[in-house]
Amino acid sequence: MKMNMLDSIYKKEVSQLEAISQEIKTVSHPRKVSFNYHTALKKLFKNSIIIILFVLLWEVAPRIGLVDRAFFPPFSEVATSWWEMVISLELFNHFKASITRSVFGFSLALIFAIPLGLIIGWYSFARDLLNPILELFRNTAALAILPVFILLLGIGETSKIAIVLYACTWPILLNTIAAVKNVDPLLIKSARSMNISSFKLFYKVILPASIPTMFTGIRMAGTGAILVLIAAEMIGAREGLGYFITYSQYNFLIPEMYAGIITISILGLIINYSLLGVERRLSRWKQDPTA
Amino acid sequence: MGEKIKVERVTKTFSIRDDKQKGVIKQFTAISDMEFSVNEGEFLTIVGPSGCGKSTLLDLLGGLSTPSKGRILLDGNEIKGPGLDRGTVFQQYALFPWKTARGNIEFGLEAKGIPKKEWKKQTDYYLDLVGLKAFAERYPHELSGGMKQRIAIARSLAFNPDVLLMDEPFAALDAQTREGLQSELLRIWEKTKKTIIFITHGIDEAVYLGQRVVILSANPGRVKKIVEIPLKNRLADADIRSNPDFIKSRSEVWNLLHEDEYAGLYI
Repeated sequence: MKMNMLDSIYKKEVSQLEAISQEIKTVSHPRKVSFNYHTALKKLFKNSIIIILFVLLWEVAPRIGLVDRAFFPPFSEVATSWWEMVISLELFNHFKASITRSVFGFSLALIFAIPLGLIIGWYSFARDLLNPILELFRNTAALAILPVFILLLGIGETSKIAIVLYACTWPILLNTIAAVKNVDPLLIKSARSMNISSFKLFYKVILPASIPTMFTGIRMAGTGAILVLIAAEMIGAREGLGYFITYSQYNFLIPEMYAGIITISILGLIINYSLLGVERRLSRWKQDPTA
Repeated sequence: MGEKIKVERVTKTFSIRDDKQKGVIKQFTAISDMEFSVNEGEFLTIVGPSGCGKSTLLDLLGGLSTPSKGRILLDGNEIKGPGLDRGTVFQQYALFPWKTARGNIEFGLEAKGIPKKEWKKQTDYYLDLVGLKAFAERYPHELSGGMKQRIAIARSLAFNPDVLLMDEPFAALDAQTREGLQSELLRIWEKTKKTIIFITHGIDEAVYLGQRVVILSANPGRVKKIVEIPLKNRLADADIRSNPDFIKSRSEVWNLLHEDEYAGLYI
């Protein structure tokens, strides 16, 4: 009897610790620093020094013959062709195609996966029932299913958006389920002792308590959206950054190819930082684990 | 003084997994035939060894679970579920981390359906009562353990329950903070005239706070004895813990709690 109780207490503690360490690992937080010119400058230097060195290396390595200049042109050449394509709007059209597809697919996934995850997380019956199929789909690489999407939906916009939707759904869905499942039972008990309705319990307690873990999934989905979209565009598309990169490679437009790659990095950064910004707004109440 | 709460021959059993045989469900009795009553406006403390069913009892009083046998009456009506006539303060504070101190207190006001325009006045009043008016806009993680527990107390008082249920509320605090909060709780009790049921592990705490102390025995939880504490004016005497009456009551409770230990039951 005693053993059993100890065991359950131990298990509870372990699961709490796991939840805490997961939060610490996956959620980064803004630090409040009062503005100071000197420290700001120092911070800027600290944050950019490695990037500057990287660009320098990229510039120098082809020039001194460390790598073949034909396949790996110096950064300045890539930057020049990138700027030319920005001005001619050539890159913009591909960028627009990619960002439209990824944002569209990603938003659909949010609309679809968050409510579904909340329901599955809340009802343990639904969780037990659906868990095997969720595990199966989650562990099937999205790109492996791409041919199916192309066969069923053609090579137009629909299949691209569908594959992004598919890839984004799993991290959002699974993290939402986990978030709801791991809400501190004491908070639920505390709210229930105040005799609030199930509906209020859900949107006043379960939902806000789930947001941090949910956002881990949403950020993962943001990264995943770009990844599968570029791959899908490389396989079958007439515009988009993925298409542009393979097209440049086939036509030996090497600086243009690198310019395309840089644009993808920029796209990825934009998506990640916008999500981070939203996350910070929504979880300002959280403790900074690194502080 | 009328009878506020009456616990009538309450038994609570749970189905649990058997340790020895896999897949077998057996019955575990957490509380057996428990009986006591609490008077209107009384401060009642409950002490007992681990396994005496303290938390089970609190869940029953809070209406979060129902007795297997017997019943609990509040003002003569059987408790059938949670209600805002009772406020619970938990050991681990149970504050909502995404709400400020003010937001947490307002949560209870909203649950009670108090009009929004009255929230600020009421919240300010209770923040002031627990001495944390300056910390209204802080989030729980920005507050110390003692402050969090004050906010939790303010939250439970704010929706104006008749009965305050406290589940080892000061157990996680350091000794000094605990003593401070104990006398503060007495002060709040004198001011608000609430009926308080206070569950604790600490004998000193039970004797210091309670007008009567219910001593429980464990496995299953039963009422062993109810001891009257004859202390008057606890707040007036700065060092009441050295008062002969306090020492006498303390030793009486201690002996009752430890009898079984000497008999070799809990070693």
